[in-house]
Amino acid sequence: MSNGTLEIKAISGHAGPVAGRDTSRDYDVCKLIDVTTCIGCKACEVACLEWNGYPFRETVFDNTYQTMPDLAWNYYNLIRFNEHVAEDGTFSWLMRKDGCMHCADPGCLLACPADGAIVQYANGIVDFNQDNCIGCQYCVTGCPFNIPKFNHETKKVHKCTLCSDRVGAGLEPACIKACPTGCLHFGSKDDMKDLADKRVKQLHEHTSHKSAGVYDPPGVGGTHVIYVLHDIDHPQYYGGLPKDPRVPLLVRIWKGPLKWLGNFAIAAGVIAAATHFVRYGPKKVEEPKKEEVV
Amino acid sequence: MSTAAATHYVSSDAIQRYTFHERVMHWLNALAYTYCLATGLAFYTPHLFWLAVMLGGAPTSRFWHPILGIGFFIAMIWMHVVWRSDMEITETDKRFLSNVEDYATNRDDRVPPQEKYNGGQKLYYWLMYYGTFLLLFSGLFLWFPEYISFSLAWVRHLMIVLHEVAALITIGGFIVHVYMSVFLVPGSTDAMIHGSVSRAWARTHHRLWYIRVTGGDPVGKE
Ligand code: SF4
Ligand code: SF4
Repeated sequence: MSNGTLEIKAISGHAGPVAGRDTSRDYDVCKLIDVTTCIGCKACEVACLEWNGYPFRETVFDNTYQTMPDLAWNYYNLIRFNEHVAEDGTFSWLMRKDGCMHCADPGCLLACPADGAIVQYANGIVDFNQDNCIGCQYCVTGCPFNIPKFNHETKKVHKCTLCSDRVGAGLEPACIKACPTGCLHFGSKDDMKDLADKRVKQLHEHTSHKSAGVYDPPGVGGTHVIYVLHDIDHPQYYGGLPKDPRVPLLVRIWKGPLKWLGNFAIAAGVIAAATHFVRYGPKKVEEPKKEEVV
Repeated sequence: MSTAAATHYVSSDAIQRYTFHERVMHWLNALAYTYCLATGLAFYTPHLFWLAVMLGGAPTSRFWHPILGIGFFIAMIWMHVVWRSDMEITETDKRFLSNVEDYATNRDDRVPPQEKYNGGQKLYYWLMYYGTFLLLFSGLFLWFPEYISFSLAWVRHLMIVLHEVAALITIGGFIVHVYMSVFLVPGSTDAMIHGSVSRAWARTHHRLWYIRVTGGDPVGKE
């Protein structure tokens, strides 16, 4: 495994600048998920477990086609299933491969207080480094997609790595390799956008999915995992994909203005106390004259 | 013994200000708060992350922070049971607070006589008391974020801000408290360690209390 090609451009909880700040590789990587050709076979779920070396978990049957209700710390990749009845009464099974979106503006990284627990590589991959994770779960609160999952035993958080270990060695992610329908693609962001646009055009011209579109939400600066959806106006039909995800405003305030205000107030308080002492000195005890003491 | 503390003053006959019970209670409270403060500051800004490293590593700090937080809450409730009646804000305190400028600039002769705790001390007490509830309440959401459904994620966002605001407010009070008890009013720290103050100290800083416990103001009488 080589992370040599994975230059770091952003580090969580890091004091001072990052060597690779504002850099971008010639090709930002991107995974394209064309949900219109997903058959819900879950080969990607299996490939993910196998590559990451996690044991198979028990599945939870809830009368749907979904493996379990939610992602888990050792289950990065879940086909979300929804039986959708459209207004005109037509019925469809919607499948969406859920997992980390690898946001260009990652809320998890912004929220994380631990130096180096979350890094963003210049190729766009957002990766968690469990060695540095302190288990505070701020990333859970910062993520607009509800992705990071906590392991209660180790007190570390995990999520999809976009197979940074494979990508660093010039391979494509395991899920891509396993997908039998060609629903998953991996390449540069530009190429994937092109491919997605072509597919959307095809859907518009040759199918009844007139509101098909590409999901690459600008609220988080775009993502390095993008979807082609039959109905771009209602991403929430696909197992609760948010319509306009953003790094939560309160998280931004917390990590931005509030921090500076707080730092300033604490420093000002300490300096004010010291200045007061220099100016007025300690309070004196008013000593009664000796003979007055009873 | 308390004589050690009292040797700083002309008058050697000391008055007990805090019982052993009160002192233990205060210091347990202080210990839990300070631990939460130091580890909390580490999670607050990367520039103070080293505090957590010094306190046994950041994961350890994160593990103990909420537990000591609960300890702080319990200690605060204990304190409330013991001190609540002493801390009620009275007319005397209001008069003190409206003259607080004189007190702050050490023109103590102009400050109206005070009970066992002056208005400022009482305000600090209530600030910490209510602050503790805010910290515990918001802190529970930070401790167990996964149990808040994602559709209520805004609650987590709100609580994370609330926790920080509440912490900053208590830090403001804490800075003043430490400054005053360690630097501004000599004898205060001794009192909290050994339990007693000199008569002159009591008479200067808390004259109404002094009169109450000595049964008159023998020094002040002409
Ligand atoms: S989807 Fe969530 S976990 Fe993934 S990069 Fe974006 S904010 Fe981070
Ligand atoms: S739990 Fe999340 S936010 Fe906290 S240290 Fe670990 S990666 Fe960072």
